Amino acid sequence: MSSILFDNPGPRTVARHRLYSVIGALVLGLIAAAVLWRMWDTGQLAYAKWEPFVTPQYIQALLVDGLLKTLQMAFVSIIFAVIFGLIFGAGKLSDRRWISAPCWLVVEFFRAVPVLLLMVFVFYAYGVGGGFGSYWSVVVALTLYNGSVLAEVFRAGVNAVPRGQAEAAYAIGMRKTQVMNIVLLPQAVKIMLPAIISQMVVALKDTSLGYYILAPGLTAVGKQIYGQFFNQFQTAIVLASIYIVVNLILTWIATWVQRKLVGEKQPMLVSEDTKTGT
Amino acid sequence: MEDVMSNFDLVLKAFWVTIQLLVFSGIASLVFGTVLGACRVGPVAVLAKAASVYVTMVRNTPLLVVFIFVFNGLPQIDLLVGVPFLVKGVIALTVYTSAFVCEAIRSGVNSISIGQAEASRAIGLTFGQSMQTVILPQAFRAVVPPLASVLIALAKNTSVAAAFGLMEATARMRYFTNNHPEDRTLIFLTFAIGYIIIVEVMSAGAMGLERRWKVAR
Repeated sequence: MSSILFDNPGPRTVARHRLYSVIGALVLGLIAAAVLWRMWDTGQLAYAKWEPFVTPQYIQALLVDGLLKTLQMAFVSIIFAVIFGLIFGAGKLSDRRWISAPCWLVVEFFRAVPVLLLMVFVFYAYGVGGGFGSYWSVVVALTLYNGSVLAEVFRAGVNAVPRGQAEAAYAIGMRKTQVMNIVLLPQAVKIMLPAIISQMVVALKDTSLGYYILAPGLTAVGKQIYGQFFNQFQTAIVLASIYIVVNLILTWIATWVQRKLVGEKQPMLVSEDTKTGT
Repeated sequence: MEDVMSNFDLVLKAFWVTIQLLVFSGIASLVFGTVLGACRVGPVAVLAKAASVYVTMVRNTPLLVVFIFVFNGLPQIDLLVGVPFLVKGVIALTVYTSAFVCEAIRSGVNSISIGQAEASRAIGLTFGQSMQTVILPQAFRAVVPPLASVLIALAKNTSVAAAFGLMEATARMRYFTNNHPEDRTLIFLTFAIGYIIIVEVMSAGAMGLERRWKVAR
């Protein structure tokens, strides 16, 4: 093993590292054992507590009313967010200040405000009562937030296309719109696609916030289940596992798309937002 | 709106809770995240693997589920029973944020070019010396911008605590909106500006640090 930080270890260091490994494994094993013992001690390993997750009826509820709804919300909001991002990203790139300044303001505003605050506002302003309900409140809030992040991604993606491309296009007499549509956009989309897919992971995780405004989705189904069986601990584990599996699949797709379209280069790091969302 | 203005102390109190959550979980996740990051880049395979599993799991779990786990799940195995909500909120935020801190630190350490470590070994520094005098000072600087983004995301993530009975800014905003539906836009903007101030102060601070510690290349 060779790393940036250390030489290949000699025999004595190898022995020391082996000792550390054993100690580390022991400590981790002890922690796991303590948790399991705790679970056993408090009766959390009882079959009744896990029953809903092996009962077809509840599994169906989790997958259809939960996962499917969550995926739908995430997918719809990402589609809208891409449109929003394209419009405002293009707006930010505009040479006219009266276009770019308001776009900048909108993007910065929605990026700085917590999604949950936005969601609560949208829900009480337009969703509740005769409004469009909690499902679309989640979608609208996620669209505004992810759209703003994607506007940044989009702007950076266009800027990442080598300058010569735009210059060459201008030189052969294209107009600004043509340069954007024919030359820059097709290349930028290729660079942006992985970032858009990773943004889907963020959107998918954020759909869980619908819990606060009683929106459907995985967390809502989970809440019903633990309301009935009082198995919060187990439900949390199951919910987390579902999210982890789905997100890992999405990440895997993003990596695959990246390799397919961009090659082995590092993924475009536009903003940390694409990785650190809620 | 008058009612909100006359109760402005409630707004400030709510943001005080937000800031407490932010500061406590910020410090805790910096500490825990650094430990994780050290495990991750360190030479002990078991610890590196464990840290990487932790990061993968936590990064792909929604913060809300982490909150459910800490607030509703752990009391079932007799942990954290009777602990104040603020502490539970800090724990949940720390569990979540430290995974991102770990990633930021790892990427910072990895950003140091291999030549630096090689050169420091070539002039005969021991591992400890080369870490102390060559690698870490540079890693520290490289880590500032990503860490700042992580902490800014944390500032926004404190809002999730609203769903678990903590009267911080988002919960307070919902309370006001419930009582004064006619003023909801102004109420929303008031609270949004509060968050924007927090975020802007943090990013200004980060930019200041970055400029001060910039490595002359």
